[in-house]
Amino acid sequence: MTHSIYLDHAATTPVDKRVLAAMQPYFAEAFGNPASVHQYGQQAEGAVEAARETVAAVLNCSSREIIFTSCGTESDNLAIRGAAYSARERTQANRILTSRAEHHAVTKTAGQLAQHQGFAVEWLEMDEYGRTQPLAVRDALGPDCALVSVMYSNNEIGTINPVCEIAAECRVHGIPMHTDAVQAAAYLPLDVDALGIDLMSLGGHKFYGPKGVGALYVRQGTRLMPSQTGGSQESGLRAGTHNVPLVVGFAKALELAQQERAQRTAHVTSLRDHIIGTVLEQIPDSCLTGSPDTRSPNHASFAFKDVDGNLLLILLDAAGFACSSGSACKTGDPEPSEVLTALGLARPWSLGSLRVTVGKDTAAVEVDTFLRGLPQLVEKARALRHDQS
Amino acid sequence: MSGGVDSSVAAALLKEQGFDVVGMMLRLWSEQGRDDSNRCCAPESVALARRVAAQLEIPFYVVDAKDAFRATVVQAFLDGYGRGETPNPCLQCNRKIRWTLLLEHALALGAELMATGHYARLEPDPRGKLRLLRARDLAKDQSYVLHVLNQDQLRRAVFPLGDRSKTEVRRLAALRSLPTATRHDSQDLCFLAGDDYRHFLRRNRPEMLVPGTIVDLQGQVLGEHAGLANYTIGQRKGLQVHSQAPMYVVRKEIAANRLVVGTQVELGAGSLMAADVNWLAGEPMPGPFRAQVKTRYTATEKPALVTPLDEGGWVRIAFDQQQRDITPGQAAVFYVGEAVLGGGIIQ
Repeated sequence: MTHSIYLDHAATTPVDKRVLAAMQPYFAEAFGNPASVHQYGQQAEGAVEAARETVAAVLNCSSREIIFTSCGTESDNLAIRGAAYSARERTQANRILTSRAEHHAVTKTAGQLAQHQGFAVEWLEMDEYGRTQPLAVRDALGPDCALVSVMYSNNEIGTINPVCEIAAECRVHGIPMHTDAVQAAAYLPLDVDALGIDLMSLGGHKFYGPKGVGALYVRQGTRLMPSQTGGSQESGLRAGTHNVPLVVGFAKALELAQQERAQRTAHVTSLRDHIIGTVLEQIPDSCLTGSPDTRSPNHASFAFKDVDGNLLLILLDAAGFACSSGSACKTGDPEPSEVLTALGLARPWSLGSLRVTVGKDTAAVEVDTFLRGLPQLVEKARALRHDQS
Repeated sequence: MSGGVDSSVAAALLKEQGFDVVGMMLRLWSEQGRDDSNRCCAPESVALARRVAAQLEIPFYVVDAKDAFRATVVQAFLDGYGRGETPNPCLQCNRKIRWTLLLEHALALGAELMATGHYARLEPDPRGKLRLLRARDLAKDQSYVLHVLNQDQLRRAVFPLGDRSKTEVRRLAALRSLPTATRHDSQDLCFLAGDDYRHFLRRNRPEMLVPGTIVDLQGQVLGEHAGLANYTIGQRKGLQVHSQAPMYVVRKEIAANRLVVGTQVELGAGSLMAADVNWLAGEPMPGPFRAQVKTRYTATEKPALVTPLDEGGWVRIAFDQQQRDITPGQAAVFYVGEAVLGGGIIQ
């Protein structure tokens, strides 16, 4: 593959060298199954528990409140399905409050529960930045609510939700609140007491950890019905042999993210702002999607009128820039994303979305090269669309 | 790339020859709600093309041409049947999609040339113009469908399989363990998704399948037809007529919804007129010339005299012998030696 400039950190990030080094011993040297009685197992278990403690320290919670999973999606599934079934069993509560701006791991899970398991999903109102307002939650809450799920920061449009305020509303009613923090974890603070949430999903590969591992924070007292049953790992909440090297990598990556948060955030924020400012200024018929001021530090997302978003990504890739969008589909059949459609963005705009997400190692010169190339590529995409009609 | 063995091998050969290759696939159209989508872009085809690209280590992109394909190729197909013609949509696709829309996208990506797995050859002539020649494998030759190209398009074209036989191509694919090596070729129109074209017409042009009368050349009623779209010129099978001699479809009368049939002798036509002629060299021949003419993709070539009319936009083709299957809507393509000189739409 010819080397191109990677601007898709919201999709995934490379594993940090230090994380890789931390993982290495657990593949072929300290390879034991943590559930085994013998010393191989003890050694592996020690690594998993040390990782758990590290994660708990970052989140400011107890080790017992951390469950390791295979990814952020699994964490979302476990949180939503687990809390919903559990709540219904105890109190007959069967209403789930969430938003159309959530990741599919949340919306599809809630949708399945509604379609096949007799739950009701209520879609909370969003503002024009896709933000869920605390008052909207307050108005919708009731004793029949099993769970509220509102993401911390949005993967498509970067908007940061008022999670603390929403959690406070839920607390008043005693309803469990879940937040999908998969996108947020790379740059935003994760203190669960400050946030006030009861459940929080994380995915390792978004903050320079490996793919294939995630975690779910479960506040003491929050009941979950487990989905993956079998062995007694993770306090019976998530059976399955731990992927020890990945768990170790997850913890190391999260620890580094917290230690280096200030400088990483400063670095990406300035690049992000430069991108946003330049694009809106230089490219006609362009707009920023998501909140202009409460947005993820590394996240720039746009809509370009009369542009085929999928085609723009292809032109960008051919020119050496790796980006993504909310409406692209690998099979080339683009439909606008639900998020952009729910925001009321008209079709000629919503089909032309572009997401540019920088990372801790993105160089300013890379961003400059990208910004120099983008305007004519947008023009090319517009010209090609015109020829077709 | 189509997910078929031909385009896979074409890509492989070019990569091995040192070209900077990028794989592109078109997302075409098929009817909504049909279980089997357009074969050319069905998920299975895309997945195969993508795997081939990954194996060859070339970038791979899918370009959306759904609306354009529906508006040009499919629409022309339906309109053609509506006029009583038998259209060849692959020609329209080459005119409006593959060598225009797809080529434009390829150039926009920075490509200089566009290659396909077509069996055909290109050769420069002494004046520097490009000639389109039949493939070496005459049974697979696809120069007929490429007769619509102009010199600009030919200059951008590469046909790596022109000198190879199909058997050889399959062998080359197998040697490289390409996942498409044993995939069988589709003979049907891509957007029919394996369905019969008559069912497609019934859903989209139901008036073409309204029963009517069958008459002979004298106007005498001989029977009933099941809808004009079911028949093509020269067809003998499926005619529900009472007659002594075998009868063949001679023409379709749209306005009266009548099918006119005749005997073999009556069927024969000595000449045809073709319009919208494309001359590969970029200009018409100055006067009448002898050529071998194919009146269908699957027809054998027949000797004829081709006379350009109206500054070359039309030609009159007079065959040495009576022909039985001259079908309006199909293309008449004329060859001199191995080269395609041009072709037009039979009126």
